[in-house]
Amino acid sequence: MQPIYLDNNATTRTDPRVVEAMLPYFTEQFGNASSMHAFGADVGAAVGAARHSLQALLGAEFDHEVVFTSGGTESDNTAILAGLRVMPDRNEVVTSTVEHPAVLSLCDWLERNEGVVVHRIPVDSQGRLDIDAYRAALSDRVAVVSLMWANNETGTIFPVEGLADLAKEVGALFHTDAVQAVGKVAINLKDTAIDMLSLSGHKLHGPKGIGALYVRRGTRFRSLVRGGHQERGRRAGTENVPGIVGLGRAAELAAAYMADETTRVRDLRDRLEQGLLQRIGNCFVTGDPLDRLPNTANVAFEYIEGEAILLLLNKAGIAASSGSACTSGSLEPSHVLRAMDVPFTAAHGAIRFSLSRETTAPEIDRVLEEMPPIIARLRELSPFWTDGTPTADAFNPAYA
Amino acid sequence: MWDYSEKVKEYFFNPKNAGVLDDANAIGEVGAIACGDALKLMLKVNTDTHVIEDARFQTFGCGSAIAASSALTELIIGKTVDEARKLTNRDIADFLDGLPPEKMHCSVMGAEALAAAVASYRGEAVDDDDHEDGALVCKCFGVDEGMLGRAIRTNKLTTLEQVTFYTKAGGSCATCHEAVEEVLAATNADMVAAGELLPGEAFTARAATAPAPAPAARMASAPITIAPPKPKASATPAQPGAAAGLTPAQEILAIGRVIDEMRGTFKADGGDVSLVDVSGDLILVHLTGTCAGCQLAGATLGGVQARITSTLGRPVRVVPVQQV
Ligand SMILES: Cc1ncc(COP(=O)(O)O)c(C=O)c1O
Ligand code: FES
Repeated sequence: MQPIYLDNNATTRTDPRVVEAMLPYFTEQFGNASSMHAFGADVGAAVGAARHSLQALLGAEFDHEVVFTSGGTESDNTAILAGLRVMPDRNEVVTSTVEHPAVLSLCDWLERNEGVVVHRIPVDSQGRLDIDAYRAALSDRVAVVSLMWANNETGTIFPVEGLADLAKEVGALFHTDAVQAVGKVAINLKDTAIDMLSLSGHKLHGPKGIGALYVRRGTRFRSLVRGGHQERGRRAGTENVPGIVGLGRAAELAAAYMADETTRVRDLRDRLEQGLLQRIGNCFVTGDPLDRLPNTANVAFEYIEGEAILLLLNKAGIAASSGSACTSGSLEPSHVLRAMDVPFTAAHGAIRFSLSRETTAPEIDRVLEEMPPIIARLRELSPFWTDGTPTADAFNPAYA
Repeated sequence: MWDYSEKVKEYFFNPKNAGVLDDANAIGEVGAIACGDALKLMLKVNTDTHVIEDARFQTFGCGSAIAASSALTELIIGKTVDEARKLTNRDIADFLDGLPPEKMHCSVMGAEALAAAVASYRGEAVDDDDHEDGALVCKCFGVDEGMLGRAIRTNKLTTLEQVTFYTKAGGSCATCHEAVEEVLAATNADMVAAGELLPGEAFTARAATAPAPAPAARMASAPITIAPPKPKASATPAQPGAAAGLTPAQEILAIGRVIDEMRGTFKADGGDVSLVDVSGDLILVHLTGTCAGCQLAGATLGGVQARITSTLGRPVRVVPVQQV
């Protein structure tokens, strides 16, 4: 039985064509791009070509707006810290309650240790940003706004182009964490007011440990990592050449498969969601039904717990993930679902299926076959469920 | 993925004694859906011999919670109530060839359910509102002093992190850390006195460098008086509601309105919220129903807090308290 991988928002399989493109840069093409000899020149050209591929995927005006980093986390950290440093007379950051920890943990730290004022804009029950609260938080004290393009757990898309325009009105820099969006939604940065954008290789069938930060030409910037002059002084350290070449190839492939993501993959996702809703009661899809990533389905099953579902799915050869507390070792369910006020009868039982261009229709059909008995079995075990109906009211804990 | 023992996997994938026991004469229920796990233990006890003739469970929770519940039933069937009562959470964990440290609370849940079931068999009412078992220490997970003390003694716990792994206490909003540490220090001291623990291993109260307890941390045990807030002297720079131009009385009304508007959210989850007191920057509320003892309520309260902050034009903290 072939395992079915539906956890592509966590990471994707490196495309074999990407691996193939990278291999020479571990062997013959080992030069340092900065060196003044043939070994270096060839490598420098390969790095340049990769930059071009990313420029094309992002619709950026200039290739040198792309700065290679070690991944999404470094890009996010660099953007926010740079924004604060180039605006010393501004001391506030605007972000949302549902960002990735790469943004939220940094903001928590800045608030605690650096006296930065952080505005965390809430979302509604579908994960959509509260625009009024966002407007209210914007002022000439805000150095940088960081709002994600698409949410990794629910796939909900924020209207970042419009949000960037609003940030410009108060002279703030606008950064977006587009780690989940790149390759899945059309991006044309030259037509937007977005100043900085983060992306990560391993979310688009590229290698792990490589990513990029887009920095619009003319945007004032401070390097996070200091040292040599690589990346025009914006990211010191000898380039991860195999990674960069792999990311470049991954970007080319992502551009070529974009149409597939937004049609075939979306249809498969919809088929999965509709199928689950039809076959299983007391479950619902979380996130914005109208504006979501085409590959993400986050379905909350009431009265059962996510880790138990994942263990049974894993036994059936299906890999998915859950925002449940128990899978992460934390005791609380995902901050994203909590921010959306998903009722706690279901928040612990939310399962994320994230598809990719490698997902096939027979795979989805098998998930649709396997899920109903798994859910039924766990509900049978649950004290909140009797004979096909929820009975949460009948439970009277002694000590809780 | 957790590193579960083969035994845990076996008892999760093929749990024994799962389901409803129709002729049960003793039932123990612990946990809550909001907290991520809950267990209903049903026993059929022979009233002449006091032997547990059958036991079944229903569990909402992760793999190890289900396995621990099943293990518990296997351990107690055939024992007398008195024998069963001597079992501890360690017996459950040992039966399963161990649990990951972060998951030890699953075994503790089993032991607590057993205690509740035995109490129900003996007709000892366990009143959930009174917390006869000592004061409630962790509001988020509904953990009282009694449960903390038992877990600390049974498992020789000596750090806050361990206590959180075993009881969940302190695993959410963290306002109870101070109080949990007090119970830990006191229990460890007793254990040292009883020769159960070496003095060097015992947890001692925080070093003098520890920050002063935050007001919210004391809230759990401090009695709450329901009184209108004292009007602040007009010289106070941070006058409440100054930005929004509200008098203290208007502030109370405004806060009450916000809470009324948001009750729907709590009711949707089977609970309710009411205003207890306003004290400077602190807004004390009482949660009931499924909302009480739940960390998700914390998120919802965050929403209430944001609304009140913007209504009053000054930052406030909304803190849940036990009503007196
Ligand atoms: C939205 C988002 N931002 C940032 C990251 C971090 O990216 P990386 O793993 O490349 O550091 C991730 C991936 O986990 C993500 O989903
Ligand atoms: S974690 Fe204990 S009261 Fe919140």
